[in-house]
Amino acid sequence: MSITRDDVAHVAELARLAMTDEELDEMHGHFGAILEHFARLAAVDTEGVEPTFHPLVRRNVTRPDQIRPPMDRSKLLANAPSADDECFLAPQIMEDE
Amino acid sequence: MAANGDFSLLERPAHELAALLDSGEVSSAELTRLALERIEALEPSLKAFLTITPEQAREAAEAVDSARARSESPSPLAGVPIAIKDNMCVDGVACTCASKILESYRAVYDATVVERVKAAGMPIVGKTNMDEFAMGSSTENSAFYPTHNPWDTGKVPGGSSGGSAAAVAARQVPLALGSDTGGSIRQPASFCGVTGLKPTYGRVSRYGLVAYGSSLDQIGPLTTDCRDAALLTRVIAGADPRDTTCADVEVPDLAAALTGDIKGLRIGIIQELMTEGIDAEVRGAIGKAAEALEDLGASVGEATIPHIDYSLPVYYLIAPAEASSNLARFDGMRYGHRTDQKASGHIDMYSRTRSEGFGDEVKRRIMTGTYALSAGYYDAYYLKAQKVRTLLRRDFEAALEKFDILISPTAPMTAFGIGELVDDPIAMYMADICTFTVNLAGIPGLSVPCGFSEAGMPIGMQLVGRAFDEATILRAGEAYQEATDHHRRVPEITAKEGLS
Amino acid sequence: MTTQALIGLEVHAQLLTESKMFCGCPTDFGAPPNTHVCPVCTAQPGVLPVPNQRAVEMVVRTGLALHCDIAPHSVFARKNYYYPDLPKNYQISQYELPLCENGYVLIDTDSGPKRIRVRRVHLEEDTGKNIHGGAGAASRIDFNRCGVPLMEIVSEPDLASADECRAYLQKLQLILRWMGVCDGNMEEGSMRCEPTVNVIEPDGDGKTALVEIKNLASFRAVHQAVDFEIERHTKALTGGDETIRETRRWLQAEGRTETMRSKEEAHDYRYFPEPDLMPLAVDEALIEHIQGETPEGPDAVRERFVSELGLSEYDATVMTQSVEFSGFFEEAAAQAGDAKAVANWMQSDFARLLNETGTPLAEAKVTPARLAELVKLIADGTISSKMGKDVFEAMFESGDPPSKIVEDQGMSQISDASALEPIIERAIAENPDAVEKYKSGKKKALGALVGQVMKETKGQANPAVVNQLLSQMLDN
Repeated sequence: MSITRDDVAHVAELARLAMTDEELDEMHGHFGAILEHFARLAAVDTEGVEPTFHPLVRRNVTRPDQIRPPMDRSKLLANAPSADDECFLAPQIMEDE
Repeated sequence: MAANGDFSLLERPAHELAALLDSGEVSSAELTRLALERIEALEPSLKAFLTITPEQAREAAEAVDSARARSESPSPLAGVPIAIKDNMCVDGVACTCASKILESYRAVYDATVVERVKAAGMPIVGKTNMDEFAMGSSTENSAFYPTHNPWDTGKVPGGSSGGSAAAVAARQVPLALGSDTGGSIRQPASFCGVTGLKPTYGRVSRYGLVAYGSSLDQIGPLTTDCRDAALLTRVIAGADPRDTTCADVEVPDLAAALTGDIKGLRIGIIQELMTEGIDAEVRGAIGKAAEALEDLGASVGEATIPHIDYSLPVYYLIAPAEASSNLARFDGMRYGHRTDQKASGHIDMYSRTRSEGFGDEVKRRIMTGTYALSAGYYDAYYLKAQKVRTLLRRDFEAALEKFDILISPTAPMTAFGIGELVDDPIAMYMADICTFTVNLAGIPGLSVPCGFSEAGMPIGMQLVGRAFDEATILRAGEAYQEATDHHRRVPEITAKEGLS
Repeated sequence: MTTQALIGLEVHAQLLTESKMFCGCPTDFGAPPNTHVCPVCTAQPGVLPVPNQRAVEMVVRTGLALHCDIAPHSVFARKNYYYPDLPKNYQISQYELPLCENGYVLIDTDSGPKRIRVRRVHLEEDTGKNIHGGAGAASRIDFNRCGVPLMEIVSEPDLASADECRAYLQKLQLILRWMGVCDGNMEEGSMRCEPTVNVIEPDGDGKTALVEIKNLASFRAVHQAVDFEIERHTKALTGGDETIRETRRWLQAEGRTETMRSKEEAHDYRYFPEPDLMPLAVDEALIEHIQGETPEGPDAVRERFVSELGLSEYDATVMTQSVEFSGFFEEAAAQAGDAKAVANWMQSDFARLLNETGTPLAEAKVTPARLAELVKLIADGTISSKMGKDVFEAMFESGDPPSKIVEDQGMSQISDASALEPIIERAIAENPDAVEKYKSGKKKALGALVGQVMKETKGQANPAVVNQLLSQMLDN
């Protein structure tokens, strides 16, 4: 499967990565090379083979519905690039979702 | 301060230091001071650390010394200093993952392994350098500086746990923790001539390890020998209610399993990893190591992993796909870097922040991973890779029915020069060709030094075992180390770098 | 041209657990911003989710109540999209292999009961909240709600009108509350609804493009918005105008919808199985355990009230308006031995007083046993139905047993003929006109005489006995 430069630009948008033209060119080149390796998988017969999403399978690993004390807000806000006394601050949010 | 001479203490394995601590011949405060001094002396030429935590280390050392004075029975490694890779959280300490995007971040909690290391009375001396977000094989992808190989500072230490491997190789610290997603403990262990274990997936809690490939990541020890690896694994392993992927399986006394006896052990050499793609010198060393194992009473045969040829595409689909989602949280909202450029809304802020904060290799993997999961490609790429992964796992299951353990080179080459492969990402990926297939199968892998190249660079042998059977590969590794001295050799830098 | 609307509803319901879906933070509403947060729900580097067992059970319980198949193997998946209220920038949800599939909800329509098929019920986590700062200003982010367990219930497009949508939502709300899994409050957002609407030409190929409607905060808004969209689509279809697949936003103040984003801008969520979580395997034992603690559903109870207790369909529906109400009714009816009488009390005076005083049933001082006692006092003639109303009011206020109220206030009925005869004789003597009229055939005139007796006895005379005695005395 080949990929166009526009496809790469779309992926960059999905991944929230701003890229210059040069970066897009370089990424397009990398995709070309790595996709060749990926294409080799098409030759493998996986008919009836289950995927291995987990190398170790356990089931129903849950916790009881019990409250644990929350973390001190100031400790979390201390790492924030922008915050007031109560909240994390984001630049104006474009209505989307 | 009689530093001179005392430094030889640091050249001894942790289990010997533990005996000295036990008998009172040395204190943890003294060992910790020595380690901190040695770090200070060697850092200018090695750059193995990103953060050094002398005060925390001294406090922990004093605490363990006074506990010992009160005759409280300490854990086997109590008082031995340790270094932690910078992708594991230590409460209140920087956790950068060697990325600009986390340059300002301070962890707000302890990783489970850190909690256990602290509870075991082991002073943490600092956080080690790595490839950004554990993506790389040379530690050159650190956003801050590359780490240098103690055997030749013109060469890379391997990666991504290159800082931990270099620190142990240079005897800055007797023990370190690394993480391994596709070889990131074993490959640098091989390049730096130390011992490194990637435990079975699910053996060690991942809680507090900044995720790269969630279904592949495991934390493990980097040490000077197998006995230390066994002891340190016992400290960090075991069920954790905070990690549902961590197995509820009892951890055996791994050190007790090191009997030195491998008579009758069936060892298979992975044939696909002994071909031209692997340096002749490396193949030669593995051949010799196999003979040594035979001399110890093991039987050696030929094992085969037919699908191993596909492990590169499988790995470079699965790990980046998981990473593309795991690294989405780095957006400049709650912590870390946020762009200074005026952004026209949150989407623009995210894109600029991430673009400025991530390095090239991280971007490459986020991009391929995003692509592999995107509409229309999931089945052909991500799902297909997970199915081929099943075939690879079956190959290992079949081979490990015939054999008790499998061996191979840990890396296809010895450490390469700094800058040599940075412009060829895919050639760099090949440096993990012997290791990532073990992560895909979820089974344990150990790297032990098994010789040196003509240029004097260490060569590593990989030992692969059945799931949750670290004991057998460690027993074989320890028996081999008892019979050889590659792991005892110390790089010259430790002698010449003004330590007297 | 005949047209038909196809409406599907996607409902999100917050589950009534104590702690969040993947961490131990509390879920209660209204705490100061960012005080119910921890490393996990703010997505600090390195954290991992651990699912809440109770939330899993609540979804299974709901699935059983909606007649769904419960999946023996179910997985969590990551839904990837970037938004400031979503700290991981992915939501843990379910995609392929949800917990429950293929159920239905029974609704009442003008043309009788109708089955609305439920495609799936799955488990996910809620997002945080953006507190918008106004044009050009920074938004403040509060993660208290982030990670609260959320259940998504998706119907097939079986609904044909806004009225049916309302009936479906009301029924779903009843069931969720009945099962104790969600408080069903649309205004507070604990139950949210997003309809999808399109209109087809059942006899031809014509159809409009599917739209999804967002920003609906009440049943009324859902009704209005769906009506608006049906009309818009019908016009487009009959007028031959093209429609596009899009997401539209309801503008409550203007009473219309507007385009929010088109399909082309739609998200590519890149779903994949959550590698940090293990699959769920709901087995027979767990289903049995859940069934053991699940109350009989409202439909089954209603049916039983009709078939076993002889209530009318209407009365049975009113008696199953909530699990508490039906429980109260059933207990009182069993003790009173007269289900119809209990149902009458409950939907008249009792309902009125609860409503007037704003008292929830659970806090009412009237107990099923006392209501039953009151019904019996009327049945055995100790008090009249009219007196019963006063007793009920007194009982509602004080919580005293009805027998005590009757005794304290001297309210018991006079049925003794020897006590009533002198009063009746006096009434006859004092009202010759009425007697005359009665004797001339105007039987209604008896009412005036009965009234006189009731007045004399301050209402305590048993009207049936008075009637009988009066007729006897006048007819002889």
